[in-house]
Amino acid sequence: MSETPAAAPRSRRWMLYAPLGLAAAGGAGFWAMLRGLQTGEYDPRGVPSALLGRAAPDFDLPELEGAGLPALSAADLRGPLPAPVLVNFWASWCVPCIVEHPQLMRLAREGVRILGINYKDRAADGAAFLQRHGNPFAKLGRDEPGRVAIDWGLYGVPETYLIDRQGLIRWRYAGPITPDTLDRDLRPLLRRYA
Amino acid sequence: MIPELGHFALALACVIAVAQSVLPVVGAARRDARWMATAVPLALGLLLSVGTAFGSLLWAFAVNDTTVANVVANSHSAKPLIYKLSGSWGNHEGSMVLWVLILALCGAAVAGFGRNLPTALKARVIGVLGWIATGFLLFIVFTSNPFERVWPPPMDGRGLNPVLQDPGLAMHPPTLYFGYVGYAVTFAFAVAALLEGRVDAAWGRWVRPWALGAWCFLTVGITMGSWWAYYELGWGGYWFWDPVENASLLPWLAGTALLHSAIVVEKRDTLKIWSVLLAILAFAMSLLGTFLVRSGVLNSVHAFANDPARGVFILALLMVYVAGAFAIFAWRAPRLAPTGIFAPISREGALVVNNLLICSIAAVVLAGTLWPLFADILTGAKISVGPPFFNTATAPLAIPLVVAMPVGAMLPWKRADLWAALQRLWWAAAAALLIGFLSLAAAGYPVWPALGMALAAWLVAGAAADIADRIGLLRRPSQAWRRALSLPRAAWGAAIAHGALGVSLAGIAGMGVATDTLVQLNPGQSTRLAGYEWRMDGLSDVTGPNYRARRATVTVLRDGAVVTVLRPERRSFVVDNQTTAEAAIHTNAMRDLYAVLGEERDGAAVLRLHHNPFAPWIWFGGLIMAFGGMLSLSDRRMRVAAPAPKGATVPA
Repeated sequence: MSETPAAAPRSRRWMLYAPLGLAAAGGAGFWAMLRGLQTGEYDPRGVPSALLGRAAPDFDLPELEGAGLPALSAADLRGPLPAPVLVNFWASWCVPCIVEHPQLMRLAREGVRILGINYKDRAADGAAFLQRHGNPFAKLGRDEPGRVAIDWGLYGVPETYLIDRQGLIRWRYAGPITPDTLDRDLRPLLRRYA
Repeated sequence: MIPELGHFALALACVIAVAQSVLPVVGAARRDARWMATAVPLALGLLLSVGTAFGSLLWAFAVNDTTVANVVANSHSAKPLIYKLSGSWGNHEGSMVLWVLILALCGAAVAGFGRNLPTALKARVIGVLGWIATGFLLFIVFTSNPFERVWPPPMDGRGLNPVLQDPGLAMHPPTLYFGYVGYAVTFAFAVAALLEGRVDAAWGRWVRPWALGAWCFLTVGITMGSWWAYYELGWGGYWFWDPVENASLLPWLAGTALLHSAIVVEKRDTLKIWSVLLAILAFAMSLLGTFLVRSGVLNSVHAFANDPARGVFILALLMVYVAGAFAIFAWRAPRLAPTGIFAPISREGALVVNNLLICSIAAVVLAGTLWPLFADILTGAKISVGPPFFNTATAPLAIPLVVAMPVGAMLPWKRADLWAALQRLWWAAAAALLIGFLSLAAAGYPVWPALGMALAAWLVAGAAADIADRIGLLRRPSQAWRRALSLPRAAWGAAIAHGALGVSLAGIAGMGVATDTLVQLNPGQSTRLAGYEWRMDGLSDVTGPNYRARRATVTVLRDGAVVTVLRPERRSFVVDNQTTAEAAIHTNAMRDLYAVLGEERDGAAVLRLHHNPFAPWIWFGGLIMAFGGMLSLSDRRMRVAAPAPKGATVPA
């Protein structure tokens, strides 16, 4: 591998330019990201602007076997709703989801309606997760192929959306909801859209 | 006044760095001895001026000088002194100054200790280090001035993220920077060799101590980071494939490959182009990590807050150094013809396999880390790449690597008899099979953890077999002790480092069978987990130097006897109104009992309890690995011909 380029005929010299080409292509990509950061087109934490202020994309998910919860479909997110709801994408293999879980549990106890979407997970693992850590979800859909997540523009798990009483997406948070996020961001939003 | 002195020192350092970039390199090209001779005093001058700047910054933090914006943003008078000082490099601006300080230290080490380096090579190496220093100093002065003043000064600072107030984390960035910057030196050697058009055994001998020293620091740094995440974040995990973690793993992987291929350059005068490429790659990965963490293109818990202007500057630096080095590489590498030849089954062959596998792992990690970013910018699709991808994609590469490690270490140079090497490893293989079988059958482990245990045993026993073979333990036991004493430290170091990977692997396998539970306990109530009884005795209030805490007392019993008392806390920091969970961990080296206090509910505490078998071995193995590297570094053969083995270790 390594010594071949030098020993090889001139026709294989181009291989020595491969690292340069890759570095240049990577640099161009990073440049585009930085430009996008300034114009707002690229935002690693943000939601695609198309979704904010809109109704949730259409979907109909099966239930998670073994969890004993009703399945979830887009009809559950259509207004008018009695109160704002949260949609939470999670997975049993996702460590930050464990960090987030006590906050979801607390919200559920306070009466906030949380709808869960189990993302790319084994049914048994997902159900075991809820058994072990508690269940904050009123309804739970299972998105094993990750199709719904694509429509929502999921960045990763956990990720949470706030849907107001008219059924419009008002807020998106990529990452675990810490006690801090809960008090600073989520609670005021829940009050505002109540 | 002192901050102005620091600011001036930074500007002075810029000027010195520009001179260091130009004079020695031009001198080397024109074979002008006087111009080349400027390299040493310039490198020392750079160290002096950057040292002054960093000292001024430390002083501003130590006295809590609230007229300095950086102090206001990152410090508070109520913080203990150690965290005031560590706060100076716990933020973007200060950490850049520390980065350049370490770079200047390495440059001065090359200048001071590299007396037996050929003058032209030394001048070029110091010149290339000057290019790097110039870029980063300009970056600091124009976009990240740590001495910016505010007027009127606020009453007090705004504190530091309480999660970061931790002795491990205070030492974590400097350790990592020593690793990253160490690769700047191997990078400088690579570029200097390309400019010179010559890579020979001597080059391999000079590069190796730097590659090894940087590798040791990076190993310790990654180990500390993983340990910090384990006990401080309170998640009970040790590696999350977070982009920022991957950013530190990538230079480690490239550096590990470099470490091995540099041996071939030194001993056999071949794999030259490849080694030069790896030396460039190792530093490129360090810079890429810097860019990802500081530019804001990532979504990560570790990322620095930042503005895109800085990202553009770092990207420019990244492109100048990396693309520039690759351009020089494409232009000059054809001159580096190999002389040594070897059969596929030989130590060289084994090291090539090692390099291929390690680089493939690095490529997988790089692709998994960058793909979400590039998919977003190219197609607008937001995708996430999580642990399932990394685990399934790296395992098929890591397993053959681990299987091949002990065999490769047994093979002689040039041409080897694979069967003979395997025969000397038969008992290591037997030990691995036995451990694997016991884990499966007796301990009831699932398949993957059992495989991990078997591979761990294979590595440790393989390293022992290597040493036993070298000292003739089985052939001539009476002389084994004498031969053990005269065995080169490099051989000991390599065997220890290889065995240490087995120790870490055992810990990782043990985490594969870890158990945990989330419970709500009233005082006096107890629960069972992993054969232990965990009793919640009560909750109390505690006051720390700058925080108040709620503390749970959890007594852990086994068969009625008290094993330990765990005291997990939830700390509320007065100044910035943040809370952190302080995990309580009890270890007996074979397993960790781990408790985290969640919220409280009507007098009852919500506790997350973990039982983590072999968990401490993960970090213990990392430390032994670094120790093996240090031992190898102290080898006399390395010291005699090397430019600055001392410089690589002493600055710690």
